[in-house]
Amino acid sequence: MKKNLTARTVTIVVTILICVYGIIGFPKSWADIKGNFGQNIRLGLDLRGGSHLVLQVQVQDAVKADADQSMDRLKEDLRKQNISYNSMDHNDPQEIRDADKVEISIKGVPATQTSAFRNLIGDRYTTYNLTAVNSTDYTMRLKPSDLIALETDTVTRAKDTIENRIDTLGLSEKAVQQYGGAGADYEILVQLPGVDDPARVKELIGTAAVLDITEVKDGPFPTRDAALAQHGGVLPLNTKLVQMVPRGGVEGEQWYLVGKSPIINGREMRNARPGQDEYRKWETNFTLSQDAGRRFGRFTEANIGNRLAVVLDNRIVSVATIQSKIEDSGRIMGLSSEEEAMDLSRYLRSGSLPAGVKYLEERSIGPSLGADSIREGLRAGVAGLVAVIIVMLFYYKRSGVNAVLALMLNTVLLLAAVSYFHAVLTLPGIAGVILTIGMAVDSNVLIFERIREELRTGKGVLSAVDTGFNKAWWTIVDTHVTTIVSCAFLFLFGEGPVKGFAVTLVIGLAANVFTAVFVSRTIFEYELSGKRQMQELSI
Amino acid sequence: MELFKNTNYDFLGKKWPFIIASLVLSALGIGSWIVKGGLRYGIDFKGGALMTVKFAYEPPLDKIRSAMDKGIKGGASVQNFTGATAQSEVEIGTELQEERQLNINRQAMQDILAQTFGQPGSGKVDLNNTSKEGLADRLRDPLARAGISMSENQLQGFTADLLRYVDNRYSGLITDFSQLQSAPGMNSGMMSTLRQECYLSPYHVMQVQMVGPKVGQDLKNKAVLATLYALGGMLAYIAFRFEWIYGLGAVIACFHDTIITIGLFSLFNKEISMTVIAALLTLVGYSMNDTIVIFDRIRENLKISRREPLEAVMNRAVNQTLSRTVMTSGLTFLTVIALFIWGGPVLHGFSFALVCGIIVGTYSSVFVASPIVLFWHNWADARKRPAKSPAVLTTSPRTDAARKSTTKAVK
Repeated sequence: MKKNLTARTVTIVVTILICVYGIIGFPKSWADIKGNFGQNIRLGLDLRGGSHLVLQVQVQDAVKADADQSMDRLKEDLRKQNISYNSMDHNDPQEIRDADKVEISIKGVPATQTSAFRNLIGDRYTTYNLTAVNSTDYTMRLKPSDLIALETDTVTRAKDTIENRIDTLGLSEKAVQQYGGAGADYEILVQLPGVDDPARVKELIGTAAVLDITEVKDGPFPTRDAALAQHGGVLPLNTKLVQMVPRGGVEGEQWYLVGKSPIINGREMRNARPGQDEYRKWETNFTLSQDAGRRFGRFTEANIGNRLAVVLDNRIVSVATIQSKIEDSGRIMGLSSEEEAMDLSRYLRSGSLPAGVKYLEERSIGPSLGADSIREGLRAGVAGLVAVIIVMLFYYKRSGVNAVLALMLNTVLLLAAVSYFHAVLTLPGIAGVILTIGMAVDSNVLIFERIREELRTGKGVLSAVDTGFNKAWWTIVDTHVTTIVSCAFLFLFGEGPVKGFAVTLVIGLAANVFTAVFVSRTIFEYELSGKRQMQELSI
Repeated sequence: MELFKNTNYDFLGKKWPFIIASLVLSALGIGSWIVKGGLRYGIDFKGGALMTVKFAYEPPLDKIRSAMDKGIKGGASVQNFTGATAQSEVEIGTELQEERQLNINRQAMQDILAQTFGQPGSGKVDLNNTSKEGLADRLRDPLARAGISMSENQLQGFTADLLRYVDNRYSGLITDFSQLQSAPGMNSGMMSTLRQECYLSPYHVMQVQMVGPKVGQDLKNKAVLATLYALGGMLAYIAFRFEWIYGLGAVIACFHDTIITIGLFSLFNKEISMTVIAALLTLVGYSMNDTIVIFDRIRENLKISRREPLEAVMNRAVNQTLSRTVMTSGLTFLTVIALFIWGGPVLHGFSFALVCGIIVGTYSSVFVASPIVLFWHNWADARKRPAKSPAVLTTSPRTDAARKSTTKAVK
């Protein structure tokens, strides 16, 4: 018994030391304690402020881009093999759920060339399923397995790109991760503690966009209807109407009629930067990949005097007139300010995301709000805890000290676990802490009431303590295991905050079983061990 | 000191008034829920764009409202942020729309505030609404011109410290530059540069949120689903440790607490946010804990006295645990009420849910969970042996084997 007690005391002391080390390290000064504490106990965004963004990768863009490329190749192949056709096009679904509905339709393949056509597709376009609409028309869709592969790849690449861009901020803590389970929703979560200026973050992620340079056919028009009216209510073949991003100085909307397929897409843009021309007017210089440069050269040569639009996320950010033939490097001149030149070069550079992104959720919590919450929450928490301690000491006297010690140790264990597991303390997490403290108080109360009951039946102190602990033990196990079971489900099926709640609660409950049962009992026995027959127990 | 020594109240005998009260409360809550056409969800679930702004004086709601109506299609709702310690705080929000429009609205709200209350044309930076990087960018050149040489790191450190000082000391909003006198690293040169490059608008944006329609719906579905699974898990565990009817009773009690609390949220027109969901989960935890403690005692008593009517056994269990129930609930209630009074606006909904939850959760263990078990056992016993026989009870409905064993014991 005596030896057993020593072993248990050593276990407890070692645990406490490990925990304290986890929370504050080896401090050499008061400032060290504060510093290490702040470093080890990390607070969530809701408490310390920061930005939280959920983006959705528009995978249908990537599917369409793949269709575009395949169409280009196919046109080339058909020409080589002398297979004729009337038209080839793909549809343009805008919603992410329609990504599987992207299809290329080829019309007017002569019935005599059917087998040649089929063989070509079967040999060279293995990722596509070919369906015959009738004897001369066909549709092609990505095979489901290839579609999934493409989507997964797109999301991963988008995530990597965003991560790279965030890295330039040089933050110590950040999280860029796929969200919503198994890439099913193509979502990416970006969390940046301490950055409460989301405009800056979004700027960095790049208004994150699909960038195209397309030919302007007509415009500007004040409304969509006006543009349609100009063309007799029907859009000319292979064109679309795009709105200009509103900017200062221009009243109302501006719509342009532009070519449907881009001349240059964002992936072909090598670099772009602001600069000034010989008259110190602002401009943006850009360079293109070699392949694109050749194409651009052919196009610009034939279209001097016509206009080009820079289209970002299906919105025009700039319209410029072609002054001369441009090959792999050119400049967009006549910009009104340095800001505009910088914006435009940033837009041009941002094209390397494989697909556009949509912001589903965006929160920025100012550090002042977090500071207020912490201050007020802490004050309330301390007030509550002090009240609990006073009542415990008053009601259970000397034994109340046990409970208070157990409660304090519980808090230390909880914080240490947060530190060792690199968990983050959030507001819902603190809800978990509150429930833990409630259950810790409850465990102690259960035990004490049980001991009192046993004492009332006339048992001796030693056996009353023993029976009290033993009987309360199963109740404590049942309450704790039930809650842990529920936490497991909350963790498995919950999202974000619900998960945080579950994690802190499980840690707290485990700590609680240790403190309320093991530690508290050891203290009791330590007190009782000196005397052979104790007459009174202060409870 | 002991408050409840060997009490012997007939709790279960008085169950009916409480059960009726429970039903009435639940009906009231659900009624208000239906009449109001649904719950008032916070932005987490409802979606929309929302910003919380703190003003240096009593916020001019009408002025904000008319400015917002002018600048935002469909207008914006402007209301005082309610909460025990929130002062001069306003919430400005726009309704749920498609994500792209929400992003535009969100930006528009900030721009309109700056135009209405700030001096965006002055070319200065609003010290009350800037980021540390923004401030550093602005001060870099003027400081160099003023002959104050600082490395880039020092400059970043200075602006970060300065804004942290304002956040911690003045909740992010100062009204006079002299309040910065004792900020870390402050000197007269710095101060004059700050005065020259910055101005102080009378407001401070505390948080800006934009939640698109998809996220809100997803979050709601997942929270509800996770809670239902968790309840199911608890039911299974209790059924395994006790009997299935005990599990069912406990889960119905938790359900009852949640419904009543949500009903109260509806009645008082309070918003259900993500933190409130955390609070609801907490109250489910409390209520379950409380119920299991009583069930545990019932089980223990049943082992000792098998021939007593179940109702008496339950009553005894409730009385035996009464002291602990009052202590635990009382103590946790103390903490929660402290949180409710001093916890600040962010925790207001959270602590309100817990205040309701602890009261309802404590009494539901006695007056909801236990009666369910009692009713079922009485009904099962009555069905099995309609003949007049002594009320014999075990923890499970009587099987032939159990009956034989008790008969033996009697012999």
